[in-house]
Amino acid sequence: MSSLSRNDVARLAALARIDMTDEDLDRLSGQLSAIVDAVATVAEVATDDIPATSHPIPMSNVHRADEVRPSLTQEQALAAAPQAEDGRFRVPRILGEEA
Amino acid sequence: MTDSTQTTHMAQALAGKGINYWSRATAVEMAEAMRAGTVTSVELTQACLDQIAAVDGTVHAFLHVDAEGALATAREVDAARAAGEELPPLAGVPIAIKDLVVTEGMPTTAGSRILEGWLPPYDATLTRKIREARMPILGKTNMDEFAMGSSTEYSGYGPTRNPWDLDRIPGGSGGGSAAAVAAWEAPLAIGSDTGGSIRQPASVTGTIGVKPTYGGVSRFGAIALASSLDQLGPCARTMEDAALLHEAIGGHDPMDATSLNEPVPACVAAVREGRENGLAGVRVGIIKELTGQGFQAGVTERFNEAVDHLRAAGAEVVEVSCPSFQYALAAYYLILTSEASSNLAKFDSVRFGLRVEKETIEKTMGATREQGFGDEVKRRIILGTYALSAGYYDAYYGSAQKVRTLVQRDFAAAFAAADVLVSPTTPTTPFKLGERVDDPLAMYLNDIATIPVNLAGIPALSLPSGTAAEDGLPVGFQIIAPAHEDARLYKVGGALEHALAQKWGGPLMSRAPELEVTR
Repeated sequence: MSSLSRNDVARLAALARIDMTDEDLDRLSGQLSAIVDAVATVAEVATDDIPATSHPIPMSNVHRADEVRPSLTQEQALAAAPQAEDGRFRVPRILGEEA
Repeated sequence: MTDSTQTTHMAQALAGKGINYWSRATAVEMAEAMRAGTVTSVELTQACLDQIAAVDGTVHAFLHVDAEGALATAREVDAARAAGEELPPLAGVPIAIKDLVVTEGMPTTAGSRILEGWLPPYDATLTRKIREARMPILGKTNMDEFAMGSSTEYSGYGPTRNPWDLDRIPGGSGGGSAAAVAAWEAPLAIGSDTGGSIRQPASVTGTIGVKPTYGGVSRFGAIALASSLDQLGPCARTMEDAALLHEAIGGHDPMDATSLNEPVPACVAAVREGRENGLAGVRVGIIKELTGQGFQAGVTERFNEAVDHLRAAGAEVVEVSCPSFQYALAAYYLILTSEASSNLAKFDSVRFGLRVEKETIEKTMGATREQGFGDEVKRRIILGTYALSAGYYDAYYGSAQKVRTLVQRDFAAAFAAADVLVSPTTPTTPFKLGERVDDPLAMYLNDIATIPVNLAGIPALSLPSGTAAEDGLPVGFQIIAPAHEDARLYKVGGALEHALAQKWGGPLMSRAPELEVTR
C-alpha cells in the first residue's frame, strides 16, 4: 500500500467538501501520508477467517412504535439556520453551476 | 478530631488564604451539608462561580459560564428543600458539562468555530437528567474540536491549562472538564470518552474519570465523534462522587437505539464495599503489553505501588497478555476517522452553524468547512474519507473491524483469568503545551492504554495513584472491567482510593499547587 500523494489529498478533500489552499495541502499531505503508513499495519493481522466487528455490544434490531410524538416546531428547527425563507432552509444555487 | 471539627479547622485555614472552603468540598460533603441545613445550594454555587472568576482566566476550563442559570436552579433547590420537598441525592450540587452535550438555549460548540454562537433547540438526554437531578449547571467546558485530540490544544477557542503545572496539557479531549474539577471550579463534571477522553485527562490532572460500558449513558444529544466508540461519563475528585453522578446519568433511553436496556449499576454501594470490606476473592490482571517499555519510570513506579495496595487489600494479582493491542491504535484511528467523516458531514452550512456564502451551495460547503474546521478535524475527515473509499475499504476499514474482533477476543481471554484488568492510564505524565501539537502520531500514542477499551465497548476508569518522582506530576491508574460490570470498577477503585488516602494522609488533590488568583 502506498502513501497518500498531494493529489490524493486534494481529491479526498474535494470529496469531503473541504476547500484547501496550496499551503494546507503541503502541510496536511505530509502528515496524512505518515498517518496512513502507520495505520496500514492493520492489514498484517486481518486474515480472512476473522469476522468483522462493527458494534461493541451485541444487540439485535431496536424498534419503536411508528407514531407521532412531540418534536421541534418549524420555528425552532429553523431558528439556527444561516438563512431561512417561507418556512424553509434557504441555500445558494444548487443546479446549473455554470448558468 | 471529629469530622465536623476537622472541617471547621480546614475551612478556617483556607479562609486565611482567601479560599472558600466550599469550592474544595466533595459532592458528598455538599449534599450532606445541604441536607443538614449548614449550607445552601446558592452558597455552594456561588463558591464555584467565585473560583471560576478567580482562576479561569488562567486555566481556561470553561467556554461558557452560566452564572445566572446556575444560581436560578440553586435558588429553586433551596426553596424546595425549605418547603420540605423530597429531593434527588445530588440536588443543589453544581456541575460542569463538556461542550459537546447539547443544552437548550445555552451555547454548545463542541470546541469548534463552525458552531460558534449556536443555541441548541433541545436538551440532550444527559442534560435532561442533570436538570431532573436538580443540579445547577455552571457552564460548558473546553475540549479538543469535536473531541479530536489528547491535549485540548485542538480546541477552536484556545487550550486549557493543567492546574498542576500551567505550562502542561490537561489532557484531552475533555481537558476542560478535568481541569475544572482539578482547579476546584466544580466538584463534578461530565466528559465523553471515545478513545480515552475522560480517563486520560483525569490521569494527568490527578482526578477521577469513568467511561461506562458502551450504551450505559444515553448519547442522545451528544454531538457524535465516532458513534460505535463514544460514551459519556462522570469526572470527579472522589470515587463516591463519581459513583453518585454515574447513577444519576445512567439508564435506558428510548431516544438512543444503542442505549442498554438494563438497570443502572449499583456504583455507590460498590465503592463503599471496596472501601470497607477490601478485595478478598477479587482477581486483578496486569496487562503485560501495557507495562514496561514505553512507560515513564515514575509512572511504572506508581503503578507497581498501587498493585501492591490491591494485593494488600486482599486481591489476587495475575498477569494477562493481550497481543492484539499492538494493532489497536491503528484500528482505532481507521474506525474513528471513518465514522467521524460521516458524522461530521452534517456541518454543511445549511441548517445550523457557520456559513461562508459563495455562489453555489457546493462552493459554500467547501468554503464553510475550510474556515470552520481546524487542522486535526480536516486530517481526520480526510483519513476517514480515504479509509471508506472504493478500492481501499477492505484494506483499511474492513481490516480495522477485524482487529476490533481480535481485541475483543483478547479481553475475553483476559477476563477468564481475572475479574478486572489494570494498567497505567497514560504512558507518561502530562507533556508540555505545544510539544506534540504538530506531530499527530506522537499525540495519538498518548492514548495507547485507553483505546483498546473503547474498541471493546467495556467500562474503565482512571484514578490518581500519586505523582511521578521525576516531575511531581499526577499519575493515573486504570481499572478495566467486562461489559455491564461497571460496579467492579467502583469496588476496586474504592478500595485503592481508601488505601492510598491512608498512606498519604488525605486525597492527592490536597497536594495540588495553589493557583494564583487572576481576577
